[in-house]
Amino acid sequence: MPDVKKPLLEVKSLTTSFRTDRGVVRPVDDVSFTIEYGQILGIVGESGSGKSMTSQSILRLVGNRKSEKVAGEVLFEGQNLLELKEKQMQKIRGKEISLIAQDPMTSLNPVYSVGNQIAEVPFIHEKSSKKNSWEKAVAMIKRVGIPSAEVRATQYPHEFSGGMRQRGVIAMALAGNPKLLIADEPTTALDVTIQAQILELIRDLRDETGAGIMLITHDLGVVAELCDQVAVMYAGKIVEKAPVEDLFSEPKHPYTKGLLASLPKLGDKARLTPIPGQPPNLHHLSTGCAFADRCPFVMDVCKVVHPNLQEDGPEHEVACYLYGEEERHANES
Amino acid sequence: MFAYILRRLLIAIPVLFGISVLAFFMVRLVPGDTVTAMLGTNYNEAQAEILRQKYGLDQSLLVQYGIWIMSVLKGDLGISSLTNEPVIEILINRLPITLELTVISILFALLIAIPLGTIAALKRNTPVDYGASFFGMFGISVPNFWLGTLMILYFSLHLSWLPSSGFVPLSDGIWMNLKTMIMPGIALGTSVGAVTMRMTRSSMLEVLGEEYMKMAKAKGVTNSRLIWKHGLRNALVPVVTVLGIQAGYLLGGSIIIEQIFSLPGIGQLALQAITNRDYSLLQGAMLFIASAFVLINLAVDIIYALINPKIRYS
Amino acid sequence: MKETWRRFKKNRFAFVGFLFIALILVVAILAKWIVPFDPYYMDTNSTLTAPNSEHWFGTDQFGRDIFSRILYGTQISLKVGLIAVGFSLFFGTIIGIVAGYFGGKIDQILSRITDVLFSFPDILLALVIMAILGPSLTNLMIAIGIVYTPIFARIARGAVLNIRDSLYIEAARSMGVNSFQIMLRHILPNSLAPLIVQVTLSFAFAILAEAALSFLGLGVSPDTPSWGIMLSEAKDWMEISWWTAIFPGIAITLAVLSFNIMGDGLRDALDPRLKNER
Repeated sequence: MPDVKKPLLEVKSLTTSFRTDRGVVRPVDDVSFTIEYGQILGIVGESGSGKSMTSQSILRLVGNRKSEKVAGEVLFEGQNLLELKEKQMQKIRGKEISLIAQDPMTSLNPVYSVGNQIAEVPFIHEKSSKKNSWEKAVAMIKRVGIPSAEVRATQYPHEFSGGMRQRGVIAMALAGNPKLLIADEPTTALDVTIQAQILELIRDLRDETGAGIMLITHDLGVVAELCDQVAVMYAGKIVEKAPVEDLFSEPKHPYTKGLLASLPKLGDKARLTPIPGQPPNLHHLSTGCAFADRCPFVMDVCKVVHPNLQEDGPEHEVACYLYGEEERHANES
Repeated sequence: MFAYILRRLLIAIPVLFGISVLAFFMVRLVPGDTVTAMLGTNYNEAQAEILRQKYGLDQSLLVQYGIWIMSVLKGDLGISSLTNEPVIEILINRLPITLELTVISILFALLIAIPLGTIAALKRNTPVDYGASFFGMFGISVPNFWLGTLMILYFSLHLSWLPSSGFVPLSDGIWMNLKTMIMPGIALGTSVGAVTMRMTRSSMLEVLGEEYMKMAKAKGVTNSRLIWKHGLRNALVPVVTVLGIQAGYLLGGSIIIEQIFSLPGIGQLALQAITNRDYSLLQGAMLFIASAFVLINLAVDIIYALINPKIRYS
Repeated sequence: MKETWRRFKKNRFAFVGFLFIALILVVAILAKWIVPFDPYYMDTNSTLTAPNSEHWFGTDQFGRDIFSRILYGTQISLKVGLIAVGFSLFFGTIIGIVAGYFGGKIDQILSRITDVLFSFPDILLALVIMAILGPSLTNLMIAIGIVYTPIFARIARGAVLNIRDSLYIEAARSMGVNSFQIMLRHILPNSLAPLIVQVTLSFAFAILAEAALSFLGLGVSPDTPSWGIMLSEAKDWMEISWWTAIFPGIAITLAVLSFNIMGDGLRDALDPRLKNER
C-alpha cells in the first residue's frame, strides 16, 4: 500500500563516488530532491554535470563495484532503495521505476525482436505466460503509437527507425506500469519533429497513468515545455531548484542565468551569450563553489567554501552567496 | 534467406573446383609411382605397363584430370591401389570415426570455452580471469600430440583407466566406444577450446559495456538472465565464425591424433595414403577433407545469419 | 616506436615471453659450448637412464643425453621458424601487395588461390608437400613456408586495400612516382604492424608444425635432435621411461608459448584496434 502522505520519490543527500587511479571523484555530490505523483521534475545541466549518474544511482545501476559507492537515501514511497538487497531491487526496476535511455540506437538488444524485449517485462515481473506477455507487448507497441503493431513486434531493432526505436524503448519502460519514469535525455538523439512527438507522448502518458517523471535533459526548451519543477545541476551538485515558471521568469543562480542567456529567443536579434570557460574537471575540484571560475559575480568566499542550497522565495532554492542567509554570511565575512 | 544461401553456394563452387585441381596435381607431383609401389620386388616392365593402363596412368596429366574429375562428379573417386576397394567406400567407412572425434572435440571445447570465457569476462582482472588467460595461452601453445602422449602416459600407462589406443565402434556399446574416444577428443579439442574461450571472453567484455545490457538491467532482469540470455547470445555471434576456421584445425589435427591413438579415421587414412603413394586414395582424402572444410564454413555462415538478425535478409 | 616499446614493456606477461625467446636464442647460439654431452653420442652403457645428477633429463634408448639434445633442438626450432616464416613473409607480402595494389583480375585470381590453399588443413598440405619434396630439414622449412604464405598474402592485401585509395598515395601517384616505388616506400611500411604480429605468431605455428611433421616421421631425418623427433621416438619407450616423453614436450610448449604471448603483447602494443581479432 502506498503511503499517500509520503512523496513518490524523495532523494536525500545522494552522493555517488568513484575511486579512480587519480583519486576519488563524486559525479553526484549531496543531491536532494522530491518528485510527487504525477509530477514532472526536470534535471538540467551540461554533460558531465552528474544528471545521468543521478538516475543510475537511484536505480542502483552503479555502485555494484568495489570502486563505486552510493551514499545518502533514496526513499521510494518511503522505502530506502539503497538498503534493499539486489534481489528486491530487481523487483523495483522495470516494475516500479523504469528508465528510458538516451540513445535508442543502442538501448535495444540487437538479437531479439522488439516485441520479445517488451514482453520480457510482464514475463519477469508479473509471471505472465509467454502468450499473455506477447499480447501485452503488442498492446504497448500500439499504445506508443507504432502502426501495425502485430508485425512490428516481430521485427528486430535494426528494422526500426530512430524515432520508432525510442517509442519501442518507451513501450518497454511502460510495460510494467511504473509509478516513476526516469527519462534520460529521451529526445537528444532524435530529429526535431520526432522530438516533439516523443515529448508529447511522454506528457500524455503522465496524464493517463499519473506516474511521476524525472526528465533529464540539457535542453531548457524541453524543460519549459514539459516540466513542473526544475533542478539545475553543476559539477555533481544541485545549484538551483524551482517551479518551472519561477526559474524562467526569475533565475537566481549565475549559472542558471547564463544558461538562459545562451538560449535563443524567437524574434530576439541580440547575439547569444555563451557562458565563458569550461565545466570543471571533477578530479580537480576546489572546496569552494565549482562555478566560481566562470562566475561574473564571484567573491572571495566562493573560492573557499561551497554555498549550501537555501530557500529564497517560495519553493525556490539556490546555492549561491548572492542570496538569503548565505548572502548575509558572505557580507559578514 | 534462400538467396543468401544460394549466393554462398555459388561462391563455394570455384573454390571446390580449385581444391580438386590442387589435390589432383599435387598428388601427381609426389615422386615414386603407384605401380612401382604396388609391385614392390615383383616389379617387371610388362606388368607395370598393364597396371598403368588399368589406372589410366599412361595418358597425359590433363586427360587424367579430366577423366578423374568427371568420375568424381559421378561419385566415383577411383580404386585404391593399396586395398583394391573403391576410394569412396573406404572414405565412407572411415568417416564416422573422424566425425565422432571431431564432434567430441568441439563439445569438449565449447563446454570449457563458453562458461570459462564468460566468467573470465565477468570477473575481469581477478585471479579467475588470469587463470582463464593462462589456460587460453597454454591451450593454443601445447602441441596436441604431446597432450595426447601425456594423457596416455598418465591415464593409460600409470592409472590403467583408459586404453592407450585402438578403436571400439559404437555398435560395441557406447561406454566402450567412449573409453577409446575421450582422450583423443580432449587432446584435439583443447586448442579449439582455448581459442574459443579467448574469443568468448573478449566478445563478452565488449557486450557487457553495451547500452542494451544496462537497459535490460533497468528492466529488472536478474543477473543470470542478463548474462546468459541478453549477453551471451550477442557475444556468441563472432564466436561462431571462429568455430568455422577451427574446423580446419580439427581436420588437420585429426591426422596426428588418429595416428597416436590408432583410430582408423580419415586422418589416419590420409597419412597411410601418403606413405604408400596411393594416388587415388590420397586425392580422394584431400578432396574430401578440403571440401568438408568448405562445407562446414558454408554451414557456419548460415548459422551466423540465423543468429544475427542484421544480415538475415540482406 | 618508443610509445610501442613502452606499452609492450608494461605488459609483463609479454615481456617474460620476450625474455624467454632471447634465452632460447642465446642457447641456440651457444649450444655447442654449453651442452654437457655430445647430443649425438650414444652411450650404450647408460640407455634409458632416469634423470640424475649427471643426465638432468635422463637418456634415450641409444643412451644420448636428453638435456643436451633439447638444447640443440633450439637450433632446429629457431632455424625452421626463421627460414619458414621468412619464406612466407617474403612471398606472401609480395603476392598480397601486388593483389591489393593492382586489384581487378590479378587480385581475383590470387585471392581465389589463397581461398583454395586455406581450405586444406595446414598439416595435410605440409605433409603432401613433404611427400613431394622428400624428407629433409630444408624441404621441411620450404613446406611450412608455403603453407603459411597465404596468411601473409591476406594480411598484406588487406593493409594495402586500407590505404590504397588514401590521399597520400594519390598524391604520390600524381607526382609520377611509379608503382613499384609507391609499394616499397608507402604501402609496405604501413602494412608493417599487422605483419610483425603475424611473424611472431607464425614463429609459434612453425615450431609446432616442425614438431608435428617430425613426430609423424615426415619431417627431419631421425637422428636430428629435433623436439618432434624426440617425442616421436619416445612413444615406443615411454612405458618404461616417462622422461623421454616429458621434457621435449615441455620444450616445445614453452617455446611456442613464448612466441604466442609475445605476439599477443605486440598486437596490443602496436595497434589496440587489432586486439579482438583471431
